[in-house]
Amino acid sequence: MTTFWSAWIIIGSLIVIAGSAYLLRMVIVDKMGVEEGKEMPHTFDGIVELNNPLPRWWVIMFAASIVWALGYLAVYGVANFEGLTNWKSANKEFYSLSDVKAANAKSRENGEIIQYLGELDKADAVYGKTFAKYAAMPVEQLMEDSDALKVGQRLFIQNCAQCHGSDARGQRGFPNLTDNDWLYGGSFDKIKETISLGRISTGMMSWKAVLGGDQGVKEVVTYVRSLSGRRVNAKDAAAGKAKFALCAGCHGASGTGNQLLGAPNLTDNIWLYGGSTAAITDSVSNGRAGVMPAWSDILGHDKVHVIAAYVYSLSNKK
Amino acid sequence: MTHTSPSHADYNYTVVRQFAIATVILGIVGMAVGVFIASQLYWPQLNFDTPWLTFSRLRPLHTNAVIFGFGTSALFATSYYVVQRTCQTRLFSDKLASFTFWGWMAVIACAVISLPLGYTSTKEYAELEWPIDILLAVVWTAYAINFFGTLMKRKTSHIYVANWFYGAFIIVVLILHIVNSAAVPVDWMKSYSAYGGATDAMIQWWYGHNAVGFLLTAGFLGMMYYFVPKQAERPVYSYRLSIVHFWALIALYIWAGSHHLHYTALPDWTQTVGMVMSIILFAPSWGGMINGIMTLSGAWHKLRTDPILRFLVISLSFYGMSTFEGPMMAIKTVNALSHYTDWTIGHVHSGALGWVAMVSIGALYHMIPRLYGNTEMFSKKLINTHFWLATIGTVIYIVAMWISGITQGLMWSAVNADGTLTYSFVDSLQASMPFYLMRAIGGAFFLSGMFIMLYNVIMTIRAPAGSLVEKDA
Repeated sequence: MTTFWSAWIIIGSLIVIAGSAYLLRMVIVDKMGVEEGKEMPHTFDGIVELNNPLPRWWVIMFAASIVWALGYLAVYGVANFEGLTNWKSANKEFYSLSDVKAANAKSRENGEIIQYLGELDKADAVYGKTFAKYAAMPVEQLMEDSDALKVGQRLFIQNCAQCHGSDARGQRGFPNLTDNDWLYGGSFDKIKETISLGRISTGMMSWKAVLGGDQGVKEVVTYVRSLSGRRVNAKDAAAGKAKFALCAGCHGASGTGNQLLGAPNLTDNIWLYGGSTAAITDSVSNGRAGVMPAWSDILGHDKVHVIAAYVYSLSNKK
Repeated sequence: MTHTSPSHADYNYTVVRQFAIATVILGIVGMAVGVFIASQLYWPQLNFDTPWLTFSRLRPLHTNAVIFGFGTSALFATSYYVVQRTCQTRLFSDKLASFTFWGWMAVIACAVISLPLGYTSTKEYAELEWPIDILLAVVWTAYAINFFGTLMKRKTSHIYVANWFYGAFIIVVLILHIVNSAAVPVDWMKSYSAYGGATDAMIQWWYGHNAVGFLLTAGFLGMMYYFVPKQAERPVYSYRLSIVHFWALIALYIWAGSHHLHYTALPDWTQTVGMVMSIILFAPSWGGMINGIMTLSGAWHKLRTDPILRFLVISLSFYGMSTFEGPMMAIKTVNALSHYTDWTIGHVHSGALGWVAMVSIGALYHMIPRLYGNTEMFSKKLINTHFWLATIGTVIYIVAMWISGITQGLMWSAVNADGTLTYSFVDSLQASMPFYLMRAIGGAFFLSGMFIMLYNVIMTIRAPAGSLVEKDA
């Protein structure tokens, strides 16, 4: 904020507060020219007004709130004046996680009062122990611990369910996590890696031009549908099989996918973007790209560990 | 006390009568929509799968109909009545008066049509689209000219305190409306706000809170300052108190809007200043209540026999309660519990039903017979019935919302031993359901009282002049 606007706000707010105090001071003293408790010398449609003094308790309340207000503003600050305590609700106006982290570290170093940081620290002190305990346990042990899995489920519902659903069965474009079909691998360590670091799919490009327009797309789609055992037009499928060599680079010659690239298995009749002819045609023609955000900076290692155990447990029931 | 009122012929009562009747009818419309949408929250199937009957479209219709239809018509009616009688002069212009009535009804008609059709600027209490906004600004300017023109040609030496409040309300509402509604039109019924992001939110709540402060508080304090001493036939308690609380109220209110945006992206200092000003505002707000209630000293016995006075006194009690509750909710720590919950809805309705509606109803019962050459309403008994329906309805409503709101606030912030949230949003919604039913019942009580009022008003208007005069006093 420029100095001008800062001064404008500080002076404006002080004028209003000081003006209220001045007004109160002026009216406490009787200057009405009429004896206290008597009628003022004007009448309006039969209504007269008395010159009664202000109730004392009310004056005290008003004055006390003004004094308190000045004190509060001094402590917490107005405009560019940051207050005697340098209090902030949070380190605002940073637009990346790393910038906020740097600002928070600096605030801690300088001993500033950042309320949000204080609350996070308090929460860590209270709840961090629970998560640290679980983080030290291997997945086999966590699978035996129903309390740990419940904690994992609650964290999942609050952080992951927006995309993957509260039952973890996903939705169009967001994988089902209960069917033991994995884009990037279903071992505990792979799941944990996915949650921690996120995934940016290599992206399926638009194949329409390469495949020679709608006819080429149609043939490849027909062949792809045959891979999961559907009855298809044999002529189109044969033509599509030849063109599928282009797809094999990622999805493999047999179409079983590649977890290193996050390329889906096309033979298991599980479809991330829908398995209808129209949906597959859309995928092949226009391409697809999905993103899973990285959670290690947001949740921290310990919570990710518990969530990974919960997700792992969904397809590895005892 | 000397009564030197000029004869009725010297005043323009036509526009007062028009707005008084509009107040009753639009009150019924707005409150009926309110009861309907309150019922929808309990029985969602009441939207009948029809887009224009959904909560999202009828809720702004409810707020616009009660604030601008009912409340503002009451302010038009009483301000035109009070300014003439306390200045002892006829309105500045009969033509402008007639224009404000028909213009205002046109604004309300546009709201009733456009809001259910889904046209909205999405700004709370300012949903009307830009052509309607322009009409509103023109009508309001005519109102301001007429009101201040009348003040200028007054035959009294001073300006009565009621007119200070009416005057402040008229000026500030015009400024608020124009600034907040500034927008870039893209076609006849679509526009985008002239402001962006946090600035837009701040301007909106500067408007929203001062719509409460100047329209629903200052305007109705003007009403209170005329009708309470008139009905009680007692002098106003303290002239000096009215000076200090008037100036402090209007100076402080304008700063308080940011308390609607605690714990948001608004800069910390803006939230701090909003909270501080809200708390200082407590004393000046109570100044009005003290002045009203103390005006009754020496006339308390009249409450036993006069249901109109009961309406006025209970409205002051609800005013005092809401203006204590408001500053308290503006404290950041309290707001952390109350924000986004039904507590806010309860607070608004303790002001809207308890204060605004009750003081308007009391004023109308005083004024309507006098507009038609009588001094008494057709039936005092029915006024009393109305009083109890309104009071019980209000209490049921706000108690339901307090319980529901605090339950929501506690459930939303409850955490498990691992720090995760204990309840989902749906859990808290389920906990609120019984109170949604209770709220709809409270609203129905209040609405039924309005129908009784309509009957009583019709019978009073139909009675020959001079037939309803004080007989059982």
